[in-house]
Amino acid sequence: MAKFTKANSVGEWLDQRLNTTTLNKVLMTEYWIPKDINFLWAMGVLLATTFGILVISGIFLMMYYKPDVNLAFDSVNYTIMQEVAYGWLFRHMHGVAASVVFLIIYIHMFTGIYYGSYKQGREMIWISGMLLFVVFSAAGFSGYMLPWGQMSYWAAMVITNLFGGIPFIGPDLVVWIRGDFNVADATLTRFFMLHVFLLPIVIMGLIAFHFYTLRIPHVNNQDSEELDFDAEAEKYLSGNKKESKVIPFWPIFISKDLAVLGIFLLFYFYLVFFHYEFAMDPVNFDPADNMATPAHIYPEWYFLWSYEVLRGFFFDIGPMKAFDIGLAAFGFANAIFLFLPFLDRDTKILPAHKRPAFFVWFWILMADLIVLTIWGKLPPTGANAWVGFVAATLFIVLFILLPVISKIDAKKRGA
Amino acid sequence: MSNETNRRDFLGYTFAAVAAVGGAASLVGMKKAWDPLPSVLSSGFTEFDLSAVKAGHPSTIMWRGKPVFILKKTADMQPNKRDLIINGDRYTIAIGLCTHLGCIPAWKKTKWKCPCHGGEFNASGEEIFGPPPRPLDLPPFSISGTKIVLGEEGPEYKKIAAAMKA
Ligand code: FES
Repeated sequence: MAKFTKANSVGEWLDQRLNTTTLNKVLMTEYWIPKDINFLWAMGVLLATTFGILVISGIFLMMYYKPDVNLAFDSVNYTIMQEVAYGWLFRHMHGVAASVVFLIIYIHMFTGIYYGSYKQGREMIWISGMLLFVVFSAAGFSGYMLPWGQMSYWAAMVITNLFGGIPFIGPDLVVWIRGDFNVADATLTRFFMLHVFLLPIVIMGLIAFHFYTLRIPHVNNQDSEELDFDAEAEKYLSGNKKESKVIPFWPIFISKDLAVLGIFLLFYFYLVFFHYEFAMDPVNFDPADNMATPAHIYPEWYFLWSYEVLRGFFFDIGPMKAFDIGLAAFGFANAIFLFLPFLDRDTKILPAHKRPAFFVWFWILMADLIVLTIWGKLPPTGANAWVGFVAATLFIVLFILLPVISKIDAKKRGA
Repeated sequence: MSNETNRRDFLGYTFAAVAAVGGAASLVGMKKAWDPLPSVLSSGFTEFDLSAVKAGHPSTIMWRGKPVFILKKTADMQPNKRDLIINGDRYTIAIGLCTHLGCIPAWKKTKWKCPCHGGEFNASGEEIFGPPPRPLDLPPFSISGTKIVLGEEGPEYKKIAAAMKA
């Protein structure tokens, strides 16, 4: 056993037992961050905070929520909204946070794509991040279902039916996932479990892993400059702070993150108090009815782009059924981002504005995603169906072209 | 030394065997825990009198929590191999869930239109537009007189099911 002497303070007492001084250095005061990064790099802290808000507001909601098809709707719309003191606040905080968390995830993701932060050595950061996105999506969907309104019910119906498209086991799998022939009580209770327990635990584990993946390759910067972090850290520690290209995470860098966080929280609470309806679809204030589908159903905004890819293929092509093409495209859309580090064949890490072809590719992708998002909400009839078809096809083509495009840039630079 | 190693290996293999069997068994248990409960599986039969329906206006009845469409065809609706014929009247019997992703299509004069992704089905339940991959599904039923009982596989059901497969 290590030698323990009488401690002169609580801090010293803890340090002897938990080595807090070293821990603090590793995680905070000697965790080095490049100076050259802008506000877009603050999204990590924003996400961690939003996740914290979701967990805490969720705990308060869970104390009154009843996962039973006969009670769920009223437990949310009457008990929590009318009876529980500040219940409405916790619900709006939870609902709005669930929506903006995806906005921040998307910004975080596309910042990474723009600056090439998924490449050479940073693949695991990217992959763990995409896994987080998938689990966040599952958590968002399972939570959306809990108030048991019309949109909840039909969203659950459509999403669980997606699994029916898997060859051979599909139809049985759907019944198994639901625990009934239809979306029913068994479905609600198991989604409740997933939403309040299993998925949050997985998310916490993945967040820890995502942070860890940053430690060795370190965070990228605006110029994608390759830094020798040890040498730069040495400079900083020897007092040469001006020349050093890095700063410690705590307390120097975090101050910028916290400033951005302050602005974000103002925006977030503005939504919570004045525009909470943007996260609350009016259709979901009708109790679930398994005998009537609402005239027009659509998912929350953050799933619209992949929903539009799913329904973009509305006609059969040769022997392939429209349904199977749509499902395959949907699977492609959701999985392809994971492979980004391997599709990008440019061997150098550079921001998009220094890679002309990639720069064009990036902005076409952004425009396409916006078109998919907008048309995902429109009824899929007439010309709308064709816009969806073209945009969905373009999305797939873009990713097929990426290896070629990234090579062109490398060649032009003379690599 | 080698003796010692073998003994350790043996202990390791023993544990691996026990863990593998136990792990496989718990997976089976976990899988079964998510299967539908017996009470769900045995959920009842639904009876409906066909003589009451008006031609051209489908009725929707609930069976096992799912909607079932019953449409008495009008004279100008095409006959189809899946028609149920009773006293010369033709009926379309179908589970009212879109075969795409399960929304309930709504009857619009001559066809069912699905609100979710625009799928359409004609009066015989066949897909005519959009993503649905196959006609509306046929629920098991049996007939006695003008009464239809959903949930039971009668001879009329078997005949139509066979015709639909062919
Ligand atoms: S669920 Fe009917 S068209 Fe998709």
